[in-house]
Amino acid sequence: MKAAVIVFPGSNCDRDLRLALERSSGGPVEMVWHGDTDIPDVDLIAVPGGFSYGDYLRSGAMAAHSPVLREVVARANKGVPVLGICNGFQILTEAGLLPGVLMRNAGLKFICRDVYLRVETTEAPFTQGYGKGQVIRIPIAHLDGNYFTDDDTLKRLAGEDRVAFRYCDADGGAANPNGSRDRIAGILNERGNVLGMMPHPERLADPMLGGADGVAMFDGLAAALS
Amino acid sequence: MSGGEPITPEMIAAHGLSDDEYARLLKVLGREPNITELGIFSVMWSEHCSYKSSKKWLKTLPTEAPWVICGPGENAGVIDIGDGQAVIFKMESHNHPSYIEPYQGAATGVGGILRDVFTMGARPIANLNALRFGSPDHPKTKHLVSGVVAGIGGYGNCVGVPTVGGECEFHAAYNGNILVNAMTVGLAEKDKIFYSAATGIGNPVIYVGSKTGRDGIHGATMASTEFNDDSEEKRPTVQVGDPFTEKLLIEACLELMATDVIVAIQDMGAAGLASSSFEMASKGGVGIEMNLDLVPVREEGITPYEMMLSESQERMLIVLKPGVEAEEKARAIFDKWQLDFAVVGRITDSGRMVLTFEAETVADLPIDFLVSASPEYDRPWTPKPKQGEITAADVAAAGEPLQALKNLVACPDLASKRWIWEQYDHMVMADTVDGPGGDAAIVRVHGTNKALALTIDCTPRYCLADPLQGGRQAVAEAWRNITATGARPLAITDNLNFGNPQKPDIMGQFVGCVKGIGEACAALEFPVVSGNVSFYNETKGEAVLPTPTIGGVGLFADASGRVQAAFQDPAEAIILIGESSGNLGGNLGATLYLREIEGREEGAPPYVDLQAERRNGDFVRGCIEAGQVTACHDLSGGGLALALAEMAMAGNIGAAVEAPDGVAVIGWLYGEDQGRYLMTTSDPAIILAAAEKAAVAARQIGITGGSEIALAGNGAVPVAELLELSEGWMPDYMAKP
Repeated sequence: MKAAVIVFPGSNCDRDLRLALERSSGGPVEMVWHGDTDIPDVDLIAVPGGFSYGDYLRSGAMAAHSPVLREVVARANKGVPVLGICNGFQILTEAGLLPGVLMRNAGLKFICRDVYLRVETTEAPFTQGYGKGQVIRIPIAHLDGNYFTDDDTLKRLAGEDRVAFRYCDADGGAANPNGSRDRIAGILNERGNVLGMMPHPERLADPMLGGADGVAMFDGLAAALS
Repeated sequence: MSGGEPITPEMIAAHGLSDDEYARLLKVLGREPNITELGIFSVMWSEHCSYKSSKKWLKTLPTEAPWVICGPGENAGVIDIGDGQAVIFKMESHNHPSYIEPYQGAATGVGGILRDVFTMGARPIANLNALRFGSPDHPKTKHLVSGVVAGIGGYGNCVGVPTVGGECEFHAAYNGNILVNAMTVGLAEKDKIFYSAATGIGNPVIYVGSKTGRDGIHGATMASTEFNDDSEEKRPTVQVGDPFTEKLLIEACLELMATDVIVAIQDMGAAGLASSSFEMASKGGVGIEMNLDLVPVREEGITPYEMMLSESQERMLIVLKPGVEAEEKARAIFDKWQLDFAVVGRITDSGRMVLTFEAETVADLPIDFLVSASPEYDRPWTPKPKQGEITAADVAAAGEPLQALKNLVACPDLASKRWIWEQYDHMVMADTVDGPGGDAAIVRVHGTNKALALTIDCTPRYCLADPLQGGRQAVAEAWRNITATGARPLAITDNLNFGNPQKPDIMGQFVGCVKGIGEACAALEFPVVSGNVSFYNETKGEAVLPTPTIGGVGLFADASGRVQAAFQDPAEAIILIGESSGNLGGNLGATLYLREIEGREEGAPPYVDLQAERRNGDFVRGCIEAGQVTACHDLSGGGLALALAEMAMAGNIGAAVEAPDGVAVIGWLYGEDQGRYLMTTSDPAIILAAAEKAAVAARQIGITGGSEIALAGNGAVPVAELLELSEGWMPDYMAKP
């Protein structure tokens, strides 16, 4: 698998994501600067977490209009897998690649902690490394992670098997750290080649850091895209 | 030379200069200063920038060890961690601004300390903070807590540096003057460290980062006076932070540092352009000529006075190597990161700072005089009278002794601070091995198995009761926290927060604490490599508790050898290392038990025996390194009982313990004798035998297991109940209207 990570001024999980991708793919990862209008020919484009352009105006709003995003959208429309994590998810919704918005957390505070996720679908390259219904532990770190969309879209997401992850407790029961509708933590686009998620799988991809539940995502991608 | 308005006694007073200081200025200058010059003098000679009251005592601190690369005097301290790598760190206060405007005050405190570290060539890898607020019942406290925590998070989270640890306490003495101490730790290559001494006659002086505005003018002067009723009016002296620009500045500076064009670099902190340019020139023994027309500004009409004194954030001053090529290389990097870049002056051999603006000379000052001839005072001080010991016999009989544990785990100083640290991104950079909540945070050295153990500690109630013991204890506790993880303690940064040094009793607190710190540093081979003094933490004549905050750094050769405080398994032996005075009734003076349960703040604090501290700690570390220890925790506030409770809560495993025959149980449980640890092991015989050989006091006090903390003959408390109490206090408090 050849992967590229997009770097905006203010991205701060780009190095972490690159490392996780390199560990699973075994190959170098291309770092693409926000002003670039061309992205190398890769099997996966990853949009990392952070505070692109300071997240001034609205989280992800300015990055969605950066030169490189036009190319990300074009590739996504051609079927290239695109993974957006945290600020990356916010950017992909702002860019219209994914439906809905990420509002301020229900508690109005930044939250950084490990949460549990239930893997709702394995019908995408991003989640095929997990079992359906599997409960995994992955950290969140965001102020604007409260997923909102209208009833019709919510129905479609559920009906089309496009909810990738829902927040849950350690036993798979209901839990909701940020007020997201339907406890949504990550969603897919219609075609299934774009995933946006608030939790950070790249942060628990190393046993030394207290867990490695994130590894299966990157291993799964490497297996699917090689 | 442009004269402008004449200097009046009112202007001198408004700038915080004493008559003596002004007379001294006139003498060396040989003429009256103009207003720009007066402004520069006032900030350079402020307590905050000149250390005029503290210098005499700071000089006594141990600052050397074989692993120290650079001690105090630079932007931050530098230590060697082997393999060609260095760790650069410092702690600094932002107390006054955080009280006036908690969000921006705390945020810019983080920004400032980050710059002190990356200006030396380090990538910041961890932030910590020590916060002290007024009584929880005080009407302002909740507002200050939310603002400060949001500010620290807002800045640190955005720049992408994990906030991995710290402490937070409450006391009425901070009602009108909170303390916000922020520490940054960075990682650099040992042969790529950048200093601030400007050299090379003719070399260009470059201004990079944000534009200069009118914010923060006189911040350093504000930080050098007491608060009174009009403190609110000082809000305009608080700077406004932009963490996004800081993130760009970090990346741009590190990119520039990877080239070979920098001669010297310095951030613009307190007293902004004035302080940074004077310090760089003074250290290099050169002069500087600057054309202030070239300084990037946010708005029209900013005067030279304002430009020199502005504390606008996210700015750096750089001396480049000569030549167009160096300049173009540097300019390209700052263009890429969309930051301002301006050649504002050059290095001269005049030894003077000459500033021009609109084709006129607006200041012409001798640099060496201004920096090195700044006043130094030997302020009168009175020692604190000794307090008597208070033993278990002096406290009210307390029903079941374990019941007090329920109050203590939920008291504001000991209750879980999860509410705070979950608002900080403590995992970004993917090297946080152990985040907030333990003895010391563990942060891996990127790309290796090495790791740093980081902690912040101080016990102000000890410092108040006996400054010497309090100073010792702050250092000893930092050393102990690092030791309890298995790491080797290397060095500290100190942030000394006190009241008005012109009052002999306050100066006495300062002198006592510094002496204690010095003694502990020497005995523990734990030198001071950087620091900051914050005086005048007083409001309407009421001083804060003496609070010499210590930030400690330790090293693991391999982080997989670390231990945590959490009980790991049932049926393991619990061993207490160190002497307890319980058989004499235990000293309960200045303990949390006395304060929280009895409502008394009095008595002599625990004595800090530095030889025993060293012996016990080295023994504990040896056991951890030998793989004999499954969990370890140091004993501090709340004593043995609290340490047990914390280990049980963290591991969700109970314990059954038994007090030695004949001890006063309250003293044994809640006394805060120093130099002690609790360890668990599956093989107590080995550890007890080794302890005897090493002349270290060690005793098995019980075993892990069950769901309660049970004290033989004295009942039990469920771990789940303690956990609920500990976790519940802060969210409940903050949610209350």
